[in-house]
Amino acid sequence: MSPDLTQVFWPFSAAAILLFVMGTYYVLVTFNLIRALIGVEILIKGATLLIILAGYVTGNTGLTQALVITLIVIEVVIMVVAGGVILCVYRNNKSIDVRELRSLKG
Amino acid sequence: MLPLFILVPLFCLILLNVPPKAIVKRPAFWLVAALPLVQVFLTAFHPVAVWDEIRNPFNSYFIFNLSVDALSTVLLLSIGIVVFIAALVGRYTLSGETQRFNFFNLLLVAFLGMNATVMVQDIFALYVFIEVTAVASFILIAMQKDKPALEGAFKYIILSVVATVLMLSSIALIVMAAGDTSFAAVSSAIRAYPASVLVKVAVNLFLCGLFIKAGIVPFHGWLPDAYSAAPSSVSVLLAGIITKVSGVYVLIRMVVTVFGIEQSPQAVLMFVGALSIVAGALAAIGQSDFKRMLAYSSVSQVGYIILGLGCGTPLALAGAVFHLFNHALFKTLLFVNAAAVQEKLGTVDMNKMSGLSVKMPVTGATSVVALLSTAGIPPLSGFWSKLIIAMALWQSGQYAYTIIAVLASVLTLAYFLSMQRRVFFGKLQEGLENLTEARLGLILPAIILAVVTVGVGLAFPIVLDKLILPVQNILK
Amino acid sequence: MAINFILVVALLLAALWTVMTARLIRSAFGLALTSAVLAILLFRLDSPMAAVFELSVCAGLIPVIFVTTISLTHRLSQDAFQIRQKERWGKYWYLLVIVVLVGVLLSRRALLPDVPLPVVTHPTDVRIVMWNMHHVDLLGQVAVILAGVFGVVILFKEVKK
Repeated sequence: MSPDLTQVFWPFSAAAILLFVMGTYYVLVTFNLIRALIGVEILIKGATLLIILAGYVTGNTGLTQALVITLIVIEVVIMVVAGGVILCVYRNNKSIDVRELRSLKG
Repeated sequence: MLPLFILVPLFCLILLNVPPKAIVKRPAFWLVAALPLVQVFLTAFHPVAVWDEIRNPFNSYFIFNLSVDALSTVLLLSIGIVVFIAALVGRYTLSGETQRFNFFNLLLVAFLGMNATVMVQDIFALYVFIEVTAVASFILIAMQKDKPALEGAFKYIILSVVATVLMLSSIALIVMAAGDTSFAAVSSAIRAYPASVLVKVAVNLFLCGLFIKAGIVPFHGWLPDAYSAAPSSVSVLLAGIITKVSGVYVLIRMVVTVFGIEQSPQAVLMFVGALSIVAGALAAIGQSDFKRMLAYSSVSQVGYIILGLGCGTPLALAGAVFHLFNHALFKTLLFVNAAAVQEKLGTVDMNKMSGLSVKMPVTGATSVVALLSTAGIPPLSGFWSKLIIAMALWQSGQYAYTIIAVLASVLTLAYFLSMQRRVFFGKLQEGLENLTEARLGLILPAIILAVVTVGVGLAFPIVLDKLILPVQNILK
Repeated sequence: MAINFILVVALLLAALWTVMTARLIRSAFGLALTSAVLAILLFRLDSPMAAVFELSVCAGLIPVIFVTTISLTHRLSQDAFQIRQKERWGKYWYLLVIVVLVGVLLSRRALLPDVPLPVVTHPTDVRIVMWNMHHVDLLGQVAVILAGVFGVVILFKEVKK
């Protein structure tokens, strides 16, 4: 690994890890369903960065770009479905606060 | 010929949605029920080797990289059985033509996704099809839009995305080490650097993601909610096969063929397996919701599979795969019974029912078959798979885990018998005098599954020889 | 190299704003901003096609989904969030510990891959990889999109009461 790659590698992987931490924090801390979804999005951003970084470091950008494009397509579909679920929750009980949802016991 | 297992459902899906809805709504059920039946027929009566021989015209234009081994065959068979049963249950429990039509469409998507998951030879394709199955199941759970179902679906979405992110990070690290995502390349890279921290982190991240998907104990929070809140036909599908394919099968595939048993944390696998067995069984005892109890029982049974996998000997692996197959049979049967009870009584609260056997003899009898099989009573199918797992554990010197596995089996029997006594035996609950047996559409799948469960138990030397023991060959 | 570093810091700041801001709509815009910065980063990491997708879909389409959802479910409990912001530090302090640990790890440069980098066999053109080599994935994408269409049809339809 050349020194140039080393210099690229650690800031980017650190950024990915910090994105994971922030996303986890946001999902754990919030009571709002939309915020939880945004937190999950941040997690996915971290994964995207990590994949592209892997492709850049190994010079395998063709493969990793294909992976990321597929990932983005799936991400959008999941977000649309999750948005639909949130909308239905709101229509059902006029609130999207998790605390009012906890009718099921763990 | 293998791509047809994906292409035919996709083609049918398009076929169902192009013509005007009024024409296709009625035949939709027959189409969706026929496909898995054909699949069961093909997998049960034609050896895998035959399929690869048949050249298909697609191969010269498309690169699909699919392959089927003994493990995939078992899974293809189970997928066929459970999807067929789910289609039957859906036809008779869902109200409204449109809802049924939507259910059949999504069932096809899930069917396609699961078939592809068990055949692909590339980690990224594996991820894509796990997601296909997952998206279909999110929508299926939320389909009826009642409050618990929506909550179950949302919980499932969040945890499933977290699992995906873990898997994707692992894939990124694997690409860094292997430069490719095909099983062969990844496997050789991981075996080449057994001491590397990068590889270890990658393996463990992937396994963590799969633990969430499979609902193993520290990560099982979403599972009871999703199972119990979903419409009956969807719980059949989810409990019977979806989590088994997208969690347990992928776990077995990754550990055995991709990572290799030696590179995987065997001790961790066995520990989580045993933990799931005990915690799932203990949680099941305290439930008063029929479907929720079945969900916890599912957690417990998946624990046996993971325990067998963690043991890592060829015999234990065969036992684990056999238990996976049996679990698909008896858990589906129990959820079909739950669907029948819910259809007739409108509730799954076990405190509001007793003595149902008098009025619903078939449901009562088939549930006895299922629970005895789950608890591992000879000669039913569940007994043999548990016996194989326990024998393999004993042979490899894991005496403590063997004892846990055997004792937990007694626990299983305990909670199922208490359920049985409360729900089906005893005096008939007042106000239920006019109760009748569920209709034929719900009894038929129960009878089919009960016959198969007993049949597999009685003919187990044949099943073991033809279907299960070849699985050992994938352990090189 | 300095540009990369600045971009990484900008990415983290955008994400931090997304996480910390009290108003939901700002949080959604923060996410869009994060995606946009990430797109520039992807571009600088030799992945122009992925960057285009990230910019158009993640920075363009997903915020639209979020804003639509937010506007359809407006009047949320804003004040509750602000009250909780104080007490949550007490509850999730360990995440801060993780951040510090990451910092310690990074200062020792322990994050470098400890395997020799593989020889690349794939073509570097994403179009060739996608259209000529991964047909199964394309099928999967088609299936996911179809599932998404059913999701929209089923979930966004008003229930008649």
